Amino acid sequence: MRRLVRGCLWLALLGLPLASAFGVERFPPPEFDAGYKMPVTTVPAARAQWLSYLDVAVLVAALALTSHLVLRKRSRDGVLAVSVFSLLYFGFYQQGCVCSIGSVQDITLALFNSGYVVPLTTVAFFLLPLVFTLFFGRTFCAAVCPMGAIQDLTLLKPVKVPAWLEHVLGVLPFVYLGAGILFAATGSAFIICEYDPFIALYRRTGSFGMLALGAAFLIAGIFIGRPYCRFLCPYGALLSLVSRYSKWGVTLSPTDCIHCQICDTACPYGAIADPTLKDPHPDPRKRKRRLIALAALVPLLVVLGGWLGGRLGVPFSRMHATVSLAEQVAAEDAGKVKELTDASKAFRQTGQPAEELYAEALRVRGRFVGGSVWFGAFVGLVFGVTLISVSEPRKQDIYDPHPGDCVSCGRCYVYCPKEIVRLKRIQSKNVIPLTPVRGEQKS
Amino acid sequence: MSAPITKPESSRRQFFNGTVRGAFLFLLGAATTLLFRRSQPKRTVWQIDPYKCICCTRCATECVMHPSAVKCVQVYPMCGYCKLCTGYFEPEPISLDTGAENQLCPTGAIKRRALEDPYYEYTIDEPLCIGCAKCVKGCVLFGNGSFFLQVRHDRCVNCDECAIAIACPPQAFQRVPADKPYLMKDREHQA
Repeated sequence: MRRLVRGCLWLALLGLPLASAFGVERFPPPEFDAGYKMPVTTVPAARAQWLSYLDVAVLVAALALTSHLVLRKRSRDGVLAVSVFSLLYFGFYQQGCVCSIGSVQDITLALFNSGYVVPLTTVAFFLLPLVFTLFFGRTFCAAVCPMGAIQDLTLLKPVKVPAWLEHVLGVLPFVYLGAGILFAATGSAFIICEYDPFIALYRRTGSFGMLALGAAFLIAGIFIGRPYCRFLCPYGALLSLVSRYSKWGVTLSPTDCIHCQICDTACPYGAIADPTLKDPHPDPRKRKRRLIALAALVPLLVVLGGWLGGRLGVPFSRMHATVSLAEQVAAEDAGKVKELTDASKAFRQTGQPAEELYAEALRVRGRFVGGSVWFGAFVGLVFGVTLISVSEPRKQDIYDPHPGDCVSCGRCYVYCPKEIVRLKRIQSKNVIPLTPVRGEQKS
Repeated sequence: MSAPITKPESSRRQFFNGTVRGAFLFLLGAATTLLFRRSQPKRTVWQIDPYKCICCTRCATECVMHPSAVKCVQVYPMCGYCKLCTGYFEPEPISLDTGAENQLCPTGAIKRRALEDPYYEYTIDEPLCIGCAKCVKGCVLFGNGSFFLQVRHDRCVNCDECAIAIACPPQAFQRVPADKPYLMKDREHQA
C-alpha cells in the first residue's frame, strides 16, 4: 500500500507537471478512519474600524490640548508631556501610520484619480492639523506629530545652523512636497512614505535602508534641532505656509521686549526672527532696484524650472510600474534583452495585447511630462519667493518667533525674562492676598 | 492666563492675514467636500488573490515588515496529506523525513506529523514563515495547491500604498472589505 501511494506520487510528479499554475485536485483528500480532528485555518481579524475612529478622536484631543497648553497656559512642561504621549500613541502604538505627512499623497491621489477611494480617517488626518494651524499656529508640530515628538525629545546639544544654510535647506521641504505630489498624482509611488525616517523605528522592524536612515536622522537630531521637520518634512512646508496667516500664534512679550536675545539663544530651531532695522537699506533707490530685479527673476526661474522639469518627465515616468513593464516588453519583443522579468512573464500569461499596454504607458508618460513641467515651475517659484523673502524680511521691532518657522515647542517661554516676570506677577497675585493679612488677624 | 497674548499688529497686516486665512479656509472646505465624495467610511485591507499568485518570492522581500506580513496558509480540507509532499520536500529528497537537508522551507516553518499510514499532516508554524512561497510553488505545481499565500492581518499594518502590491508582477494584490479580509481557496473553486 505504502509503495503504491509513493509510486502514484512520483507518477504524478512526472506526468502531471504544469497542468495548471494554480493547482488542481491531484490527490483526493483522504477519509480518515477515526480520531483525527482536522485543524482549522486561522484567520486573524484586521484592526477594528472603531479603533481608527479612536485615532481621529485622540488626534483632535491632542491638537486641542496642545493648542491650549501653548497659547493659554504657555507651558513647556505641558507640551513635553503631550509629546511623550504622542510618541507612545501615534508612534509606537499606532505604528506611525496613518500620519498627516503621508496623507498628503493619499489626498493627491484621490484628487487626481477618481478611481482611488481614500479612507475617511486619512482625510481627517490631513485636514485637522491644517485647520488647527490656521487658527493656533503649528501646534501639531509641537507635540502631536510623532515624528516631531521623537526629534524634539532626542535633541540634546543644539547647534545653531548658519542663517544662509537654513535658507538654502529651507527650500527642500517644498521641493520634496512637489515631488511627493508628482509621484502620487501619477499613481506611481508614495515616496514620502518610502523615505520616512522613523516609521521603521515605530514598527520596530524594517529594511536596513529605512533603519539606517532613521538612525542617521536621530544622530543628526541630537545636535541639529528637528532636521527632518525643518529641512525635509513636506507637510511641515504646508503648515509653515498656513501658519504665517494663523489667527493666534506663539509670541513672547510683544509690548515690552527688552532685546536681551535670550530667546534667540534658547530656540534650537532658529525660529526667532530678529528685529528688522529701522532703515533696512541705507539707499532706498538701490533697494527698489534690487526688488524689481528679483521680481523680474521670478518668472524667469519659473520658466526655467518648467523647462528643466519637462526634460525630467521621461526618466521620472520609469518609476511607474506600467511604463517600466511596457519598456521591458518592448525591449523583449525587439530582441534587445534575453532575460524575461517576472512582471513581463506574468503580463504575457494574461494574453493582453502589447499595444494596449503601450497605449496605457504612453498615457502615463504624458501625464508625467505634464506633471513634471508643473513640478519644475513650482520649484522655480519656490526659489524665487525664497530669494525675495530673504532680501525683504517681515518687518518687526522686537525679537519674536517667526510664525512660519516656529513649531510652538514653548522652549522660549522658559527663558524669556519678561515672561518669567509675568508668571511671577500672576503667581504672587494668587498667593499674596490683596487685603492685608495682618489686619485680618488682629480683628 | 485666560486669553492668549497677541501681538499688536497694524490693521493692514491684520486685514491681509484675515483675507488669506479666509482663502485657505475656503480651499480646505472645497477640498473637504470633494474628498468626502471620493472617500468611503468602510475600511478595506490588502489581500492576495491566490489564483493570480505566481510565487515570485517578492512577498518575502518587499514588505515593510520584516519578516513579511504575508505568510503561507494551509487549507486542510484541500490537502492530500501526501507522504511525499512537494511543498515540504526538496525535489529529490535524500529520504522522506524531517531532516533539514530534505526540506524546501528555508526556515523550517512547516511541521510534518504522521497520522494513520500513509498520511501526514502539514502545519505552518506562522512565526517562522517568511512568505517566500517556495512551498506554495511546490504544492501548486505538483500537489493540490492547499498551500498558498495570504496577508495576515495580525501583522499587516495596512499601508495605504502597499509596497508588495506595487512590486507584485501579476498584480495579485487587491483591496478587500475589512470584515472579509481573506481570499481563501476552496475545493469547489479548484475543480
